[in-house]
Amino acid sequence: MAVTVSPERDIVANPIQRAIREALYAGAIVLGLFVLFIGLKTDQNISNELILVQRWGLLAVLMIATMVGRFLYVAYGQPFLAKQKIADVATGLLPASVATRFFRLPYFIAAIAIVAVLVLLAGSLDGLLGPALAGYARFVRALAIIYALAWVIYYFRAFILAHFSGLGITALALYPIVVVLVLALYTGSMVGGFQGSLKWVDNFGIQILIYVMLAWGLNIVVGLAGLLDLGYVAFYAVGAYAYALLGTHFGLSFWILLPAAGAMAAFWGVMLGFPVLRLRGDYLAIVTLAFGEIIRLVIINWREVTNGSAGISGIPKVSFFGLISFNVSDPNYISKVLGIAQSGAYYKIFLYYLILGLCLLTAFVTIRLRRMPVGRAWEALREDEIACRSLGINTTTTKLTAFATGAMFGGFAGSFFAARQGFVSPESFIFLESAIILAIVVLGGMGSLVGIAVAAMVMIGGTEALRELDFLKQVFGPDFTPELYRMLLFGIAMVIVMVWKPRGFVGSREPTAFLKIRRAVSGSFTKEGHG
Amino acid sequence: MAGTTLLDIKGVQTYYGNIRALNGVDVTVKQGEIVALIGANGAGKSTLMMTIFGAPRARAGTITFAGTDITQMPTHEIARMRIAQSPEGRRIFPRMTVMENLQMGASLDNLQHYDEDVEKVFTLFPRLKERIAQRGGTLSGGEQQMLSIGRALMARPKLLLLDEPSLGLAPLIVKQIFDAIRELNRTQGLTVFLVEQNAFGALRLANRGYVMVNGNVTMSGTGKELLADPEVRAAYLEGGHH
Repeated sequence: MAVTVSPERDIVANPIQRAIREALYAGAIVLGLFVLFIGLKTDQNISNELILVQRWGLLAVLMIATMVGRFLYVAYGQPFLAKQKIADVATGLLPASVATRFFRLPYFIAAIAIVAVLVLLAGSLDGLLGPALAGYARFVRALAIIYALAWVIYYFRAFILAHFSGLGITALALYPIVVVLVLALYTGSMVGGFQGSLKWVDNFGIQILIYVMLAWGLNIVVGLAGLLDLGYVAFYAVGAYAYALLGTHFGLSFWILLPAAGAMAAFWGVMLGFPVLRLRGDYLAIVTLAFGEIIRLVIINWREVTNGSAGISGIPKVSFFGLISFNVSDPNYISKVLGIAQSGAYYKIFLYYLILGLCLLTAFVTIRLRRMPVGRAWEALREDEIACRSLGINTTTTKLTAFATGAMFGGFAGSFFAARQGFVSPESFIFLESAIILAIVVLGGMGSLVGIAVAAMVMIGGTEALRELDFLKQVFGPDFTPELYRMLLFGIAMVIVMVWKPRGFVGSREPTAFLKIRRAVSGSFTKEGHG
Repeated sequence: MAGTTLLDIKGVQTYYGNIRALNGVDVTVKQGEIVALIGANGAGKSTLMMTIFGAPRARAGTITFAGTDITQMPTHEIARMRIAQSPEGRRIFPRMTVMENLQMGASLDNLQHYDEDVEKVFTLFPRLKERIAQRGGTLSGGEQQMLSIGRALMARPKLLLLDEPSLGLAPLIVKQIFDAIRELNRTQGLTVFLVEQNAFGALRLANRGYVMVNGNVTMSGTGKELLADPEVRAAYLEGGHH
């Protein structure tokens, strides 16, 4: 709540007086804002009549919470932050002084102890505490794990930053193995390990990596070439339907259809690119938005081919290059070939490595292209189109290649999505998907692969984690479904990142041309909109 | 010095919508010359510069470069004829480093003589070498102008177009930049066509000059003749720049 009071009066009044005053203001604002939204609610009674439900209690709770929050912030938070700022300027350590206070060894040991105790008691937790408290205990355990991880990351940050790509790729490559082994130890059997890994590998691993790939693909169009594309999901849909239709009707293999889907999406990228070549910024955004909707509406209405809103099911699974199949009925089913127990987890783990490979391909191509003339031309195009033309760069082909390359990766991701789900329908390709992908690119920092990957992990992982917060049902009642609040999470993250780091998590841009030494210049040195 | 005609502009008319900005302009630039075009704000100097590059396109008249009619060519193909431009407002790439900006300039040349040409630019503008890893947007105005000219030179141009290279710069920097242009012309025989409001500096630098008023070329002559001309003195020099 940003309530501004004239600065002259601030100096005169002492913090407590000022805090009381501002708390009253905040309360009044909350009352004004929410008296109709929260204080009153229309509902239907048993005889289907419209009635007015009065919720003054809830409104009062909200008001009091806001006033208390504002009071504490103004009375204690603001002076603390101001003092901190002075101290930080003096020592030149902005985040470190707060962080060292937060990341202390005793806290770390305590967190590890909590995790250890709760893991040991895991089986008997429900019996000991009852289901309600056990939910809280599991939440505390998750927080303790996150704290311990953050602690390790904080104290090894120099090492992590220096070897980020290598460490990241290694961690991603080992992730399913670690998950299976940890869960196998936890449940006491390999079968249990594989079964338990489904959620972690599929919901967290694959889901996040699909968005990483989509965001990296869109990054080529938006981050590098600076063409604001709000209809990126259209290419995702083209890729998904290309695999779904050709795979189900002609029985073609995923390995043939993956490049085909990419090529088709790239073709549509060029088709979209042609009419919008002369547009930039807001105008381009509107047209691409319309394009995304057109593709979706065509899919819904062209029933003969796409089966409309009912979607296409029974999409064939991917095989391990035709050698090993993941269909139980096939003679070369994985458990028959390798002589191991049947499990759906093998397919998910295989898909995980497949999408990881596709992601790495996207990153590799992006990094290579940035150092080639076409990639540099994209970036130059983002900076200044007129200057580009006067340097002899054909802006038409440059834009089209950006659209086509970005669309191609969208198409790859789409065909993977179809193979993973086994089912596609227009529901998966709504505008919200485009918006989420774009939000990830913006949050991560346009043009930065690492930033975007982190943003995808936080945002998609965060929304998936909301499903795990079952204990909240105990607080807000059994009807409460935390995953419905994922857009709220997105919004809060957007606001926080845009206030503190307007260029995204990673605002600096790695130069691609050097004489001798490599030096990145932070984005914060250049004026907003100019650099 | 004066050799064959390199750039020949004949009867060029340019419009912004229905408003005519150039009323049939004739200008010639010969091989190895420095030609200055001076005039007040809104006279059409920059419009002529942009018309040579095909944006906006001339509605009447012809523009010939080295014997080829370039009037109807798209901008990037005109640039590929080896005409380089340091456009109005410099238009360097702000988020790209000095090196990357220079590399973009060399893309016409397919980076064939890149290392050699970078050294030449750094010899001409040693300041750029100090700023090598810095972003274009963080350079000072004078450095940006140097970078803009350096970037244009990376394409190994036959003709260099400069649009107000002195705009908004301190007199000392203006002198450095004009000295560099003179140096390029003398040692490499580079042909330069520049548009300037700083009439005094531009006419002293130029072999020949043109004066533009309201979309018409009203006067032409050698730099010295124009500097001595009472009308030019009254309109552009006295009480103005020194």
